[in-house]
Amino acid sequence: MGELRLMKGNEAIAEAAIRAGCDGYFGYPITPQSEVMEYLMAEKPFERTGMVVLQAESETASINMLYGGAGTGKMVLTSSSSPGISLMQEGISYLAGAELPALIVNIVRGGPGLGTIQPSQADYFQAVKGGGHGDYKMIVLAPASVQEMCDHVKLGFDKAFEYRTPVMILSDGAIGQMMEKVVLFDQIPRRTDEEVIKQCPWASNGRPKTRNHNIITSLDLDPAGQERVNLKLQEKYRQIERNEVLYEEIQCEDAEYLFVAFGLSARICQKATDLARAKGIRVGLFRPITLFPFPAMEVSNVGNRVKGILVVEMNAGQMIEDVKLSVGCKVKIEHFGRFGGIIPSPDEVVKALEQKIIGG
Amino acid sequence: MEEQFVKTEIRKPENIVYKKTDLMVDRPLSYCPGCGHGTAHRMLMEVIEEMDIQEKTIGVSPVGCSVLAYDFLNIDMLGAAHGRAPALATAIKRMWPNHFVFTYQGDGDLAAIGTAETIHACNRGENITIIFINNGIYGMTGGQMAPTTLPGMRSSTSPYGRDVPTMGHPLKITELIAQLPGVYYVTRQAVHTPNHVRKTKKAIRKAFELQKENKGLCFIEIVSNCNSGWKMTPVQSNKWMEENMFPFYQLGDIKVDGKLIEAAK
Repeated sequence: MGELRLMKGNEAIAEAAIRAGCDGYFGYPITPQSEVMEYLMAEKPFERTGMVVLQAESETASINMLYGGAGTGKMVLTSSSSPGISLMQEGISYLAGAELPALIVNIVRGGPGLGTIQPSQADYFQAVKGGGHGDYKMIVLAPASVQEMCDHVKLGFDKAFEYRTPVMILSDGAIGQMMEKVVLFDQIPRRTDEEVIKQCPWASNGRPKTRNHNIITSLDLDPAGQERVNLKLQEKYRQIERNEVLYEEIQCEDAEYLFVAFGLSARICQKATDLARAKGIRVGLFRPITLFPFPAMEVSNVGNRVKGILVVEMNAGQMIEDVKLSVGCKVKIEHFGRFGGIIPSPDEVVKALEQKIIGG
Repeated sequence: MEEQFVKTEIRKPENIVYKKTDLMVDRPLSYCPGCGHGTAHRMLMEVIEEMDIQEKTIGVSPVGCSVLAYDFLNIDMLGAAHGRAPALATAIKRMWPNHFVFTYQGDGDLAAIGTAETIHACNRGENITIIFINNGIYGMTGGQMAPTTLPGMRSSTSPYGRDVPTMGHPLKITELIAQLPGVYYVTRQAVHTPNHVRKTKKAIRKAFELQKENKGLCFIEIVSNCNSGWKMTPVQSNKWMEENMFPFYQLGDIKVDGKLIEAAK
């Protein structure tokens, strides 16, 4: 059995990385996620497991350190918050193009620009639609609890290596900062260099005389070659869409109305669901856990059984576009959002449901 | 008589005194005829072959003319985003501390867009080797002004010559880096004459030997020509380099055994 602890979400990310057998963390301080690197430096994983922890000179350097480490087959992690993640977009595009496994954590804060240090979900588009240049996707996980922060680190590394793709954990300042009970999984031993070489025959980690040299790059100057690269990536994304969808349905069986929300907003909607049901409104909650792949079919199945859907997000309306694309136009779909670091209350959400969906 | 000569096989193993290193892939280089990149590549690979460390060597190529270096160097390589090679190399060396790690970068890559990554990798004293090719111009994109373009030197974005008051001074990043305590060995060489080639190879060998001893970062600048970008013949460009580049970028050691040599202080 795992170990039970009271931890901050950011600390759970760090501890889970050590336990997952992560080889290297590279990061740059930014609020509200600095605890990730602070925890790692204090915990000295270089003594516990041999994991490297390095404070980089910028997020640009961090993401390229990730690219370097991933290109040799190592299991690497970085974390940041919105403005820092913007700086990393170039590197994420390169990771996707070169098909490298890596885990990136975004503890989202309000924007645009320097914005605020308070929690937000305004980086949905950036994470899900490909924030950097070129046609690429990454797997995006949206934890709604400290427990999921921990579990998604393990899941994220597994999927990153399975598909050779960058994976993002899209969380926010509230889940990063709040303390909850978490059951930590047992230590998984770090792979030896020999195991890394065996597991990643594509990686550039020194050419034995028995094989050709490995090259890690996203460059193919021949248009036909570059199109083949793109087709291969698209096939990978279709495969991910078929196999990796995760979601949760809460009180959806008899629901007349539906909340759709991810991460922190889903936590708020869970409470709002109880409040609404106490008033006699039969509402359920659909929570996408993977934002890419988006649970399109699943939300459509539930969504087309109800009279109206309220998409609740801490942004100006981003995931609602995917909900509308999935559910179609037969059901009324409205958005309720607060932005700039404001967290909506469950009462506000119930009121919005009554005004925008039931009464509207 | 002639037929007999052709049939005589003189390439017997015992007769070979010099051959192309097996660590150069057998394919035509993408560089312009007369360019110094090919020679620099070959010296680097000869050193790795002679030290017999190819199984433990990981190289990082830049964006610029040598973006395709990985196609020519028969060792495991990673192609970095523009300017970020020292960040890649940092992580690689940290996680493979017994491997030899080098970056190969041009002046735009290393001294403009990658200045921060260069300075900080050097300042952390990463145990890597940086090979820096300085030809004072952006060659691949068609001859634009580089951070190292000399005052008055023409390029496609300084068509009337580099005007220092508006375009700034050329950056002697090698001297700048030599000041940092994490950097152990800094030298500036060239590859346009046999004598210079020999000295360059010796410097590269020294840097890799020092990397084995974990002495800190070793930095080798190679001042080179760009006959296409400079709009000259190869011979003219080498002469121009000697007359104009070398007085500004003086050849020789700048830091040895962690100590600045007198002239660089």
